[in-house]
Amino acid sequence: MAIIKTTDLTYIYNAGLPTQTTAIKDINIEIEEGAFVGVIGHTGSGKSTLIQHLNGLLRPTSGKVYIDGRDIWAHKEQIRQVRFDVGLVFQYPEYQLFEETVYKDIAFGPGNMDLSDSEIDSRVKQAAEAVELSPADLQKSPFELSGGQKRRAAIAGVLAMEPKILILDEPTAGLDPRGRDTILKLITRYHQEKKNTILLVSHSMEDVAKFASKVLVMSDTGVLMYDTVQAVFSHAQQIRQIGLSIPQITQIFIQLADRGYPVPRNVYSVEQGVHEIQKLLQGREGGKP
Amino acid sequence: MIRDITIGQYFTGHSALHRMDPRTKLVLTIAYIVVLFLTDSLPGYLLAIGLLVLCYKLAHIGLKVILRSLKPVIPLVLFTGILNMFFISGDVLWHWWIFRITQQGLYFAAIMSVRIICLIAGTSLLTYTTSPIALTDGLERLLAPLAKLHFPVHELAMMMTITLRFIPTLVEETDKIMSAQKSRGADMETGGLIKRVKALVPILIPLFVSSFRRADELALAMECRCYRGGEGRTRMRQLHMGGVDLAATAVMALICAGIILCNYLPL
Repeated sequence: MAIIKTTDLTYIYNAGLPTQTTAIKDINIEIEEGAFVGVIGHTGSGKSTLIQHLNGLLRPTSGKVYIDGRDIWAHKEQIRQVRFDVGLVFQYPEYQLFEETVYKDIAFGPGNMDLSDSEIDSRVKQAAEAVELSPADLQKSPFELSGGQKRRAAIAGVLAMEPKILILDEPTAGLDPRGRDTILKLITRYHQEKKNTILLVSHSMEDVAKFASKVLVMSDTGVLMYDTVQAVFSHAQQIRQIGLSIPQITQIFIQLADRGYPVPRNVYSVEQGVHEIQKLLQGREGGKP
Repeated sequence: MIRDITIGQYFTGHSALHRMDPRTKLVLTIAYIVVLFLTDSLPGYLLAIGLLVLCYKLAHIGLKVILRSLKPVIPLVLFTGILNMFFISGDVLWHWWIFRITQQGLYFAAIMSVRIICLIAGTSLLTYTTSPIALTDGLERLLAPLAKLHFPVHELAMMMTITLRFIPTLVEETDKIMSAQKSRGADMETGGLIKRVKALVPILIPLFVSSFRRADELALAMECRCYRGGEGRTRMRQLHMGGVDLAATAVMALICAGIILCNYLPL
């Protein structure tokens, strides 16, 4: 059964005002449990609006959201429980840090869940470990940390709630390449260990191709495609039409294939690319008289 | 929810009201407020309401927007209305224990409510049709004579510009921080007073931090562009009075005179 399901989900901002805009329209998706989904789309395509519906921050103008088969708005007073089940990490999450110490800040989420003190403590420590923050860092003020550490502390604040579904809105925005790699590595490891469902909103096709198992493409308030990485990026033309790109390595291989080299067109990671090139070169050497 | 606030909002447009010089609009708005308080007759109020309806029609702003902007003042209107209803002496219409309603009281309650509603709707129209930048520009020019008395006119206008400029930004930021904390299970809708005040801490602290950060960045950006206060500063967009302003002033003067004359009508 799909862990996330939406039916005819529509949301309109500022309904009735001159500034009225439809953010998403008639969205129908089903996401399987344990999937690692990359969400891509242009600014204003409705990505952020969609993900804010999945944990009940926005209430649909029409349509329904089902998490684990339950309509999340069936019981309005239980909407907080939905937020514990569906952890949402916003863009630039470090701007939400507010406590005196990193430890207390990470404990804010689990603290809202009526857990015992020992349970909160173990969750904070586990979450800190998952994002590679040292016990010494936990006692610091969040404002003393570096940019990348702040970001990781903020993500830990959501991980500590142990959500079944984790949604990250551009978790690497504004970080340097090393910070970016660290965050992505941590998220992948977390996914492999916990086997939970992850939605990663990203502008980087490379990251999506490398880490995600499925891709959700949004365009102009709707879902254009929801399929495996291979299937989505094989529609290179269509992806380009809506102003998105395909991974650089894929572009290179498509061009090589166009020029007559015997290489596949469906190469999505640099590792795979290296392998294919080696195969090509070896084939040539072997073929030489 | 927090985005629904429309007071102080500006709606872009090209109507006659949008094209008017901000100085004219400011002065005419003030004139309108003064006249509202001078009015003392039913025809006068009808004229005042008629003028408002005409202006809103001209500016292409719908009834829904007006009703939204009036929502926050409903308690005030009810409060003044009810107070006036019970505490003005005159011909008693109804009474029970220590409460009594008089004919004059009812009349005053109605008039005060209309006054407040016209006041809010009239001043809202100014911000609906004038961009914040134009508004403070107009204000600066209007207050310019005060600079001779060493009154910091430019600084005041700049402060207002920056404040107005950052209100939407801060509203958006508050919205975002609230969403982020709600995602971590923050509960702002239930509980007693103390619990609710405590629930504000996770929102206010990040908001303060980011306001300081923004102020710092803005100061730096201004300095990078050699901002050194108002002295010798020229403007890209000069303000010009035109035919629209003349016409608007004439219409306004006529209607104001009409409203005041209504006070002396033998009714």
